[in-house]
Amino acid sequence: MDTQWPLWEVFIRSKQGLDHKHVGSLHAADAQMAMENARDVYTRRREGVSIWVVESKHIHASNPDEQEAFFDPADDKAYRHPTFYEVPDSLTHI
Amino acid sequence: MVAHPDLQTQFDLRVAEDQRIEPKDWMPEPYRRTLVRQISQHAHSEIVGMLPEGNWITRAPSLRRKAVLLAKVQDEAGHGLYLYSAAETLGTSREQMIDDLHSGKAKYSSIFNYPTLSWADMGVIGWLVDGAAIMNQVPLCRTSYGPYARAMVRICKEESFHQRQGYEIMMTLAKGSEAQRAMAQDALNRWWWPVLMMFGPKDDESPNTALSMQWKIKRFTNDELRQKFVDATVPQAEYLGLNIPDPDLKWNETRGHYDFGPINWDEFWEVVKGNGPCNRQRLEARRKAHEEGAWVREAAAAYANKRKAKSEK
Amino acid sequence: MFEANPYPEEVNAALSDFLLRMADTSLVLGHRLSEWCGHGPILEQDIAMSNLALDLIGQARNWYQLAAVQLGQGQSEDDLAYLRDAGQYRNVLLVELPNGDFGQTVLRQFFFDAYHYHYLKALTESGDENVANIAIKSLKEATYHLKWSSEWVIRLGDGTEESHRRMENALRELWEFTGELTTPNETDQLLTIMGLTPDLNLIRPLWEQQVQVVLAEATLEIPNRAWMQKGGKNGVHTEHLGFLLAEMQFLQRAYPNCEW
Repeated sequence: MDTQWPLWEVFIRSKQGLDHKHVGSLHAADAQMAMENARDVYTRRREGVSIWVVESKHIHASNPDEQEAFFDPADDKAYRHPTFYEVPDSLTHI
Repeated sequence: MVAHPDLQTQFDLRVAEDQRIEPKDWMPEPYRRTLVRQISQHAHSEIVGMLPEGNWITRAPSLRRKAVLLAKVQDEAGHGLYLYSAAETLGTSREQMIDDLHSGKAKYSSIFNYPTLSWADMGVIGWLVDGAAIMNQVPLCRTSYGPYARAMVRICKEESFHQRQGYEIMMTLAKGSEAQRAMAQDALNRWWWPVLMMFGPKDDESPNTALSMQWKIKRFTNDELRQKFVDATVPQAEYLGLNIPDPDLKWNETRGHYDFGPINWDEFWEVVKGNGPCNRQRLEARRKAHEEGAWVREAAAAYANKRKAKSEK
Repeated sequence: MFEANPYPEEVNAALSDFLLRMADTSLVLGHRLSEWCGHGPILEQDIAMSNLALDLIGQARNWYQLAAVQLGQGQSEDDLAYLRDAGQYRNVLLVELPNGDFGQTVLRQFFFDAYHYHYLKALTESGDENVANIAIKSLKEATYHLKWSSEWVIRLGDGTEESHRRMENALRELWEFTGELTTPNETDQLLTIMGLTPDLNLIRPLWEQQVQVVLAEATLEIPNRAWMQKGGKNGVHTEHLGFLLAEMQFLQRAYPNCEW
């Protein structure tokens, strides 16, 4: 029997109002245990107010080989950023 | 890895530009192997390192010390876990790494093969062993492999209390009764040289250093770190009124560093080979814990499967 | 940290006895759990057990500090923990039993947590606000402990054949030490009348209910033995406690009157 418990990724919201952030991984037999292990391993110093755990095999990641095709096309769309546009210095609230 | 000239160039460029390498990125096989070796060795050191200090949790002389020591040894378990997780992103399972530790294939820091004989050893381990470890670890926060660097950031943050609690124990002993001062000096005498060996063989005898430096897995050489450590530690020992057991130790004005006596490398290699005072006990303790835990891991896995089967019906 | 509340002599003696029992019980169980550190069945659970131990040692310190204040003889928490012999220790017998295998440790923890949780919950209503405050703080921890140990009892009871058999063994080992948890002695009786501590007779059905539910889910049967060991609350212990204290107190005993 395979006794190695599956790997889980742990995400923690460090305080109300912030996003959950990936902090690491751990092994657990089931989701409930993964949640408690995450609490015991990753919040020993009060690092969090909320925890997500996801079994690692369920995460789909973008392929680094496709990095250029995926992300570079956004480089030349400067018009998506506010600094692209000139407005007179004397105007405020714009 | 001549087979992928483009990928190799891209990789080299990234490392040269201090960019991080992430798990799914292409990397040369030797880089991957070196990382797995170094990170798992580091993880094993944390786990085996729990044992010598764990010896004293049940004998800690005050409730405060007991809680602090337990929290510290527990942190080491956490750090081992972070590091195993980082190594797992390279495609080696924790189970495999643990098997390699138990079979003697994988190494861990030799320092943990020395015995902890008195309470003062808890002080010296925190002060010097963790002090030396921090010297090694702080540069690793910028190591080229992303998951390793991130684990190290977390570890360094948490370890900042470890060295302080050790030094606090030493201060209390140094200010204490004659027997306590003697205990402190004895511990320093026994641990000083093994701690200097922790930085690894001299640079000209360290086979892995050059490549690791080039790949920015390592950022300082063994000798550089060792010197840095001695320079930082001497004044701390003076403050305690303890003598570092090295007659050759003296300030060298021209170098701007402390000179120190020759290290007994024969002893170092013997301990690495498995002939240290506690090598067998340490590995035996780890094997025993793992073997005696097998039924627990199996039961939890079986229960989880039963549950899953039930909910899928 | 605490200010002593004035009570008639007899009540104060009982209260001090009770405070030492709470402290000793948490300390001894915390000590036992700390023996696992570095030897757990898997890294994640090694860490979990240290967390339980740290919570309990922290609780013990609070209870000792309050006990020292009520005793009023200038003792420190460490004097109380390190300089009393087994006959003066007031912990319940269950917590001083050796760890055994992981299953036995988990079951001992569950039996204790099931009592501790309900007891602390009621103790938050204590007429002594110092006691109530420590109970409020401890209750949060005990709530998590109970969750952790209940789940493990279920997992191991309903896991594999081997784990089930081991849990049955643990049940046989531990069962006779559970009665003391909810059996009042003279100290309890007096303090309950004074409104300082809950009536253990009211805690017992809650404990039984909790145990029944969890053991049923764990596919384990409650032994039908009625005889229960007792004595810890009055200082009559198993042989195990002496060894535990010899180890724990050795430095304080070998080097008296030192700062550590």
